[in-house]
Amino acid sequence: MEITVNEKKMVIDNFTTLFELRNQIKPDADVVIINGYQTDTDIKLQEGDKISLIRKGEIPDKSEIKYLMMARHTPGVHDKLQKGFVAIAGLGGLGSNVAVSLARMGIGTIKLIDFDIVEPSNLNRQQYFIHQIGKSKTEALKDTLLNINPYNTYLTENIYITAENAKKTLKGYDVIIEAFDKAKNKAMLINECLKHFPGKCIIGASGVAGVFDTESLKIHKIGKNTYIVGDMVNEARPGCGLMATRVAVAANMQAHLAVRYLLGEI
Amino acid sequence: MKIVVNGENHILEESLTIRELIGKFGINTETVVVELNKQIVAKENFGSTKLNDSDKVEIVHFVGGG
Repeated sequence: MEITVNEKKMVIDNFTTLFELRNQIKPDADVVIINGYQTDTDIKLQEGDKISLIRKGEIPDKSEIKYLMMARHTPGVHDKLQKGFVAIAGLGGLGSNVAVSLARMGIGTIKLIDFDIVEPSNLNRQQYFIHQIGKSKTEALKDTLLNINPYNTYLTENIYITAENAKKTLKGYDVIIEAFDKAKNKAMLINECLKHFPGKCIIGASGVAGVFDTESLKIHKIGKNTYIVGDMVNEARPGCGLMATRVAVAANMQAHLAVRYLLGEI
Repeated sequence: MKIVVNGENHILEESLTIRELIGKFGINTETVVVELNKQIVAKENFGSTKLNDSDKVEIVHFVGGG
């Protein structure tokens, strides 16, 4: 029967077990993953199983690393996500967290859009580092994403998105993430996307400030493919700040909607 | 006439435009996305789109922060 080991197809005897296979191929492997699940239990292998054998601490060669990185993915997910095109408008607390998660998921093409540079008050919730202060957010985040997962394509555009330039900047993407800070810009972007890209998946956020319960963060659906994540009420204002823990939950709800859309789950 | 706004019944004494309705709720028209009977209403049409009896309106009001 045919199975896949570290992304190479091979034919093995029927009745071979997982640990027998490990002992034959990579006896020093201390991480054994079968069909996305890391296991300590030996089982009989089945036709089509996907197995990853990893020696902790060992840096694999380039041909293997891309696949070993995705060994804990549900099988089939990565192939679909590699074909995805996602644009992220705004790289603050929402957008930078969306970008990191989508890079880890293996979205094939991610466009990063922002006009601003990294400054110290970003660091309480945004995915930047002290040494990146003063750099453009697009370049700083692209560097980080390349360090996390160099096997996706990252495009950048330093631009302040307006009703006039939104269409040109966001054209051609399957999913558009609205990750702005100001309410007017959020509404503008969603309205422009609904006007120009009615069939695309548009994912915005509203009401992510404060330390309120994350259970109040909901997904509000508009039309066929537009989703707004948040409590819709709690805005950033004097006395109500933006916090890493709550903003990142909302950001990952946005990122997860993008993934589910690209997988055909919604 | 009777309309439904964000799932709640409202009685209007006279027909309003979308712009007038948003104004009644005290919301800035720059911060909303509006759906009328499941169709998105473009912002430039807020002032010319009149509401009719039994219309269903969704006003998605954005707040800042991100």
